[in-house]
Amino acid sequence: MKTFLIRRLLAAIPLIIVVTFITKAMLVLSPGNYLDNLRLNPGISREYIERMQQVYHLDSNNVFERYWHWLWPALRGDFGYSFLKDAPVWSLIGERVFNTLLLTGSALVFSWGLAIPLGVLAAVYHNRWVDRLSGLVSFFGLSIPSVFFSLLMVLFAARTGWFPVGGIHNQVMWGVMTPWEKIVDTLHHLVLPTIVLGTIGMAQYMRQMRSEMVETLSQDFIRTARAKGLSLRRVVLRHALGNAINPLVTLFGFSLATLLAGALLTEYVFGWPGLGLLTFEALENKDEPLVMATVTMLVIMLVIGNLIADLLLAIIDPRIRLE
Amino acid sequence: MTDRPANDQVPLASVATGEVTADETVSPGSRGRSPSQILWLKLRRNRTAMFGLYTLAVLYASAILAGFIAPYRYDDSQTSAPFHPPMITDIHVFDEEGALSRPFVYAIVAEDPQLKTYRYDTSKKYPIRFFVRGDSYHILWLIRSNVHLFGLDDPGRIFLFGSDIQGRDVFSRILYGAQVSLSVGIVGIIISTAIGMLVGGIAGYFGGAIDFVLMRWVEVLLAFPSLYFILIMRQAFGRGLSSTEVYLIIVIILAFIGWATGARVIRGMVLSIKEREYVLAARALGYSDLRIIVRHILPNTFSFVIVTATLSVPFYILGEVALSFLGAGIQEPEASWGNMLTAAQNNRYLTDFPWVLTPGFFIFVAVMAWNFLGDGLRDAADPRTLN
Repeated sequence: MKTFLIRRLLAAIPLIIVVTFITKAMLVLSPGNYLDNLRLNPGISREYIERMQQVYHLDSNNVFERYWHWLWPALRGDFGYSFLKDAPVWSLIGERVFNTLLLTGSALVFSWGLAIPLGVLAAVYHNRWVDRLSGLVSFFGLSIPSVFFSLLMVLFAARTGWFPVGGIHNQVMWGVMTPWEKIVDTLHHLVLPTIVLGTIGMAQYMRQMRSEMVETLSQDFIRTARAKGLSLRRVVLRHALGNAINPLVTLFGFSLATLLAGALLTEYVFGWPGLGLLTFEALENKDEPLVMATVTMLVIMLVIGNLIADLLLAIIDPRIRLE
Repeated sequence: MTDRPANDQVPLASVATGEVTADETVSPGSRGRSPSQILWLKLRRNRTAMFGLYTLAVLYASAILAGFIAPYRYDDSQTSAPFHPPMITDIHVFDEEGALSRPFVYAIVAEDPQLKTYRYDTSKKYPIRFFVRGDSYHILWLIRSNVHLFGLDDPGRIFLFGSDIQGRDVFSRILYGAQVSLSVGIVGIIISTAIGMLVGGIAGYFGGAIDFVLMRWVEVLLAFPSLYFILIMRQAFGRGLSSTEVYLIIVIILAFIGWATGARVIRGMVLSIKEREYVLAARALGYSDLRIIVRHILPNTFSFVIVTATLSVPFYILGEVALSFLGAGIQEPEASWGNMLTAAQNNRYLTDFPWVLTPGFFIFVAVMAWNFLGDGLRDAADPRTLN
């Protein structure tokens, strides 16, 4: 177990290096940098810009040199200073990571909470109306573009007034709320983005769950269990589900990247202050230190997510040993 | 957006089956048919798949004929009529006396330029004329014409799906936008399939260090969220490019990321195919490695490639939409389904003028049609499904 964890974490190091290096290379290749905006501002002195150029080595076009100047301080925990937000990068990221985790986490709970029961029902009542309906829902979820779905939800919120149209909490009242009210308010803001992000994943999980379940239910040990006189309910829940759910956990590891990519668009439309929105703003403004830090955080989140998927698989399936 | 090309569910058993399985599994009546004929026969029986195919035929035909079908050019703006509501329900077939007449619309009168409210001037009627002359356009760069499917006499205006912030016809812009948004899928898939087959073929055939390096690279591409990759790569090209350049950049970036899934599976297939006797025979004949890969091994992955390609087209369509929506793709005044949706990002426009969402509906339809077709192809390519 311990060796497994250590080996997996070591294997993640090349991934982090490659991804951050590509990011740095693209930023270096990109014409212009953040200081170009400052140059246009007559209130900022030439010397200051020159000094910034020195500090961040922006005058060099050598990708390796620039990367090294980022990597070396970063290894010691210094991710630099954000041009855009005028604050140390670390102070900006923590809250954003939490917000993104909140959104993706609740989307995961939503999609799994619906996909597993619906998938099981669809498989048990194969080719009946439950199956047809869930097939329709999954086609809808697979095909609807998250941009369009998010915008529809915003329209829904604006027209009915039942939900806030964006943001993470009520800006006006936030200061005077009790902790309990704050939680309720955040959850209220969380509902629509969760539905959007969750539906997309749900469709995929549900199809997988259904096909695995159909496959499992046709196997001999299920027939044996039924022949023994066990109820359908018990057979499905105790005997079949545990076997059918394995590939879903593997799928979870694979779909993390999709989830985070989807989160960027959802965060953008709903103005949800997560890591995706921050990365986008940083990229738009060529805020190099911030881009590098958010990308690093993303990779770390992915690695940890995949690790959790593996551990989960080992817990669910006793045949798998982590060596 | 961005489902990665979802092809892990393609049955590997269907791969490389060629004539052998076809003869074994398909009913005697279809003996002697080529695998692709069998694929087509099975597909024809699948109603949802055919529905998808017909929908796509209509969408792509409209995109090609955009200049003809659209009454106006994509950048033709009527500044006096921003955000006019859709007129598709305001086409009248009966005149004031209730008698049947040729379809007509009333003249538009702006009531309040601030609130963008309009009314119809029922004293002025504009009949809808067919095959009228208007702005000139090209179809596929070849045919030049100025005949439009329908239109009104000047100064009448018809906004079937409403107008946008600059008073441009949303219907026309959707047609022109389809040229961008729908073709990205086709062009992108051709490039990435070519890369995927070649890389997968080389990695699987040669093995060893080449295989190791290529597959690690594939893993990086698969591990990282595609949209972030796309945005980061987009940075390298800077701003202020012509729309043709931006279009090419989008296609190249998407193809550069999209090939990875296919390459990995093709590699796996090549690993098993290269052990076959006919490959050994080809080697014994002294053919070059590249010839063996391209002419003898890769054709056997064909059914898998077709299915994956079809199922991955939405990835490209949605990628373009996401990029243009975020402002990093096709720029105004050129139309794409993604950049048309940008207007809906403004809450006031979205609630007061919900027809700015129309392009989203078309994206949804196009993606769903591709999914229907891809699903049907996957079932048809699976030798386990007989009837």
